Amino acid sequence: MRRRVAGENSFVMHTGRSLNHRGHGEMPLRSLRDLALLTACFACWFVASPARAQVTFERLVNSAKEPQNWMTYSGDYSGKRFSGLDQIHVANARTLVAKWVYQTTATGKLETTPLVVDGILYATAQDNRAFALDARTGRPIWMYQRQLPGDIRPCCGRVNRGLAILGDKVFMGTLDAHVVALDAKTGAVVWEVVAADYRIGHSFTVAPLAVKNLVVIGVSGGEYGVRGFIDAYDADTGERKWRFYTVPGPGEPGHETWEGDSWKVGGAPAWNTGTYDAVTNQIFWPTGNPAPSNRGEGRAGDNLYSNSLLALNADTGKMNWYFQFTKHDEHDWDATQVPVMIDAGGKLLIAQANRNGYFYVLDRSTGKLMSATAFGKITWSDTKDAEGRPVEKKEASPTLEGHTVCPGAAGTTNFMAPTYDPQTALFYVTARDQCDTFSTAPQPYEAGHAYYGSAYFPSDEAEPYRGYLKAIDPATGEIKWKFEHTSPTWSGVLSTAGGLLFSGDAEGNFIAFEAASGKPLWHFQMGGAVYAAPMAFAVDGKEYVAIAAGSAVYAFGLP
Amino acid sequence: MTLRGDWFLIKPFFSIWPRFPKLESRRDSVEFGKFLEGEFMFTRWCVGFAGLVLMVAVAAANGQNPLAGDAKAAKAGEYEFRINCALCHGLGARGGGRGPDLTRAVKKHTHSDAEMFQVISNGIPGTAMPANGTNGQGVGMTDVEIWQIITYIRSQEVKAPAQALGNAAHGKDLFYGDGNCSLCHMVAGKGGRLGPELTGVGGSRTREAIIDSVRNPSRRLAWGLTEATKEFPQEYESVTAVSADGKKITGVTLNEDSFSVQIMDAGEHIHLLEKDKLQLFQKSRESAMPKYDVEVLSDKELEDIVAYLVSVGAK
Repeated sequence: MRRRVAGENSFVMHTGRSLNHRGHGEMPLRSLRDLALLTACFACWFVASPARAQVTFERLVNSAKEPQNWMTYSGDYSGKRFSGLDQIHVANARTLVAKWVYQTTATGKLETTPLVVDGILYATAQDNRAFALDARTGRPIWMYQRQLPGDIRPCCGRVNRGLAILGDKVFMGTLDAHVVALDAKTGAVVWEVVAADYRIGHSFTVAPLAVKNLVVIGVSGGEYGVRGFIDAYDADTGERKWRFYTVPGPGEPGHETWEGDSWKVGGAPAWNTGTYDAVTNQIFWPTGNPAPSNRGEGRAGDNLYSNSLLALNADTGKMNWYFQFTKHDEHDWDATQVPVMIDAGGKLLIAQANRNGYFYVLDRSTGKLMSATAFGKITWSDTKDAEGRPVEKKEASPTLEGHTVCPGAAGTTNFMAPTYDPQTALFYVTARDQCDTFSTAPQPYEAGHAYYGSAYFPSDEAEPYRGYLKAIDPATGEIKWKFEHTSPTWSGVLSTAGGLLFSGDAEGNFIAFEAASGKPLWHFQMGGAVYAAPMAFAVDGKEYVAIAAGSAVYAFGLP
Repeated sequence: MTLRGDWFLIKPFFSIWPRFPKLESRRDSVEFGKFLEGEFMFTRWCVGFAGLVLMVAVAAANGQNPLAGDAKAAKAGEYEFRINCALCHGLGARGGGRGPDLTRAVKKHTHSDAEMFQVISNGIPGTAMPANGTNGQGVGMTDVEIWQIITYIRSQEVKAPAQALGNAAHGKDLFYGDGNCSLCHMVAGKGGRLGPELTGVGGSRTREAIIDSVRNPSRRLAWGLTEATKEFPQEYESVTAVSADGKKITGVTLNEDSFSVQIMDAGEHIHLLEKDKLQLFQKSRESAMPKYDVEVLSDKELEDIVAYLVSVGAK
């Protein structure tokens, strides 16, 4: 039944397109009325469909069947950030208008990706605000704000990237290292648990991932020398079901990759949302850099499992395989970018555009490296090991006097969510070319204190930093096209079945691109820089695209 | 580590939570965690914390730096400065791209240690100087750490007042006369608008930085408009645009995004242009300011201009 509706939807789309082509962008009134009628019929189905209160695991697994909803951080378990909606498409994108704006009143950076389920939008803002809105109008239904202690230790803004939803609850990790379950209908706290001690630097900024009956979440705090972990909590009770320490303890494999006691403060946090393969019941979760970030002295070894992709059994948290992207990192190159599951040529792959500037494709059954190709300006490596993994040059190591390396500490990309569009078979990512001067200095560990072992500074070159949206062919690593932004942006990217990409820029624009060519088709000035990733949803048969910018959440649709 | 692009938005980290003893090798992390939560630790913590609070409170009451002249505190302050302040104020406090040179004995906003403490704690409204702990970067510095930084800054000050070598009165004549500086630069309400306003530059930049920007104006373009949520400020880039009807416009960018640009030309007219309607849009990092070499402006003349800017900036 749902498949038929999808068919109706695409019929609307095709009608719109042909009208547009015939009329050179000017649709005859009569045809417009036809279109409206068709859209109305489409809408009827959604109105008539029973409102389903419960978000079951089955719905999450089969999220592609309900493209009107956006139920996980990346839109589905595969991490593609691709919306199956096609009502807004290449031919009509230029007519997009703002439908509503929701002001959070929060200051700082909004990094949230909203969820939408059955007409209600759920999102977060700084200082662990969470809210539910009428997704058609932006009117609030409930609001929650956590009373945070005064001495929390966020690294890089009092940010939050979003919620997970399961059953009748939404879940948020907090800056004081708690996990909170809220009633999806009222925002009331159902349970909350302490994951770790915030006073020594633990915090959560990540959007959790709901899998089966578990809420999976990774810790932040590499800046404070925490020992990283990924936790899974019972969604009903908050009871912790498993914990995977990303830095192995004594007697565990990988422990030997840490010098002396450095493992105790080894970092390797897990602050961005992973993905899940229901067929093999594996969670793929990426990890961050070892601590201290820019000083390798004192932690000789590969420092497993920092800067790695981990394949964990969802039920037990036991590791099936790992792949380490940057060994013994000294440049703050967290590998926390969303790992995207791609099925191509009969192969089950997982791809990551890494902060160190390489685009990696792995076999997701085994973790074997298939390819690694640069997608930005790189000076730290010019050779690969036997497995094909780029190896760091000795001279790239930070020095006391400072040494310039590309990419800089912000990386070729960072937490900004990428997208994979199955229609173009291209991987799209926000990229930056910037080099930094890395200097190192002895810094003892002190609990609860920043633990960098260094400082780094923008390099002295007069050359400005450059920011791009790049389209990568995962089959070859080739850059198919790139769009240069005025300055580097922290915005994620969304692809849709309408042949479109959506992304934001540091100057406050929200932009629709043609996915095939990178040509900008439409933009809207939102009045604040973008640090979030867009998503799409539909209510009453109408498609919307939403993004957070400045201190507000915006929704756009057709007139 | 998370979003370190934030270096550009200033980054104070340090906490009001007192420092714990170092993690010792014989304790594993579980024991360490228990130790932290233990009563012994808490008592010790409270006593230590109360002592610090008392010391700082007494100091604050009489407006004096309890750590003044303490070489050890200055060393600690140097590290705190590097993490918290150096991005804007430069390594060694000699001024960076954004923040003033703090090695000058005479500062614009602060004179006494107590004033400096206020400025670090509360920021300076209307400037890029933030209040301690308000940037979402950790919980800010402790009072003790702020005093350490002040001790460090005092230790870096050039003791002999940075008396300009040049003749300020002659420098003023040059600025408004033969030097042609005031055609584009404004000082104290008099001058042009095409280049950066320079009233405060003498108080915020080193002599060397001012000289370098006159001799090599393209080496590092000055920063223009800074938007609250944007990572990078606009720079004084030169630009040439040709409109749809063939009109050529040259000037500097006041601001720009992917779709529009705001240009000031030499006549101080502001042009608001949509890029897709232009025949040509070309930016250059060659500064609109001419390169003043020694033939145009002798070293002595340049010192005089610097002396004038310093005399204005110090006010």
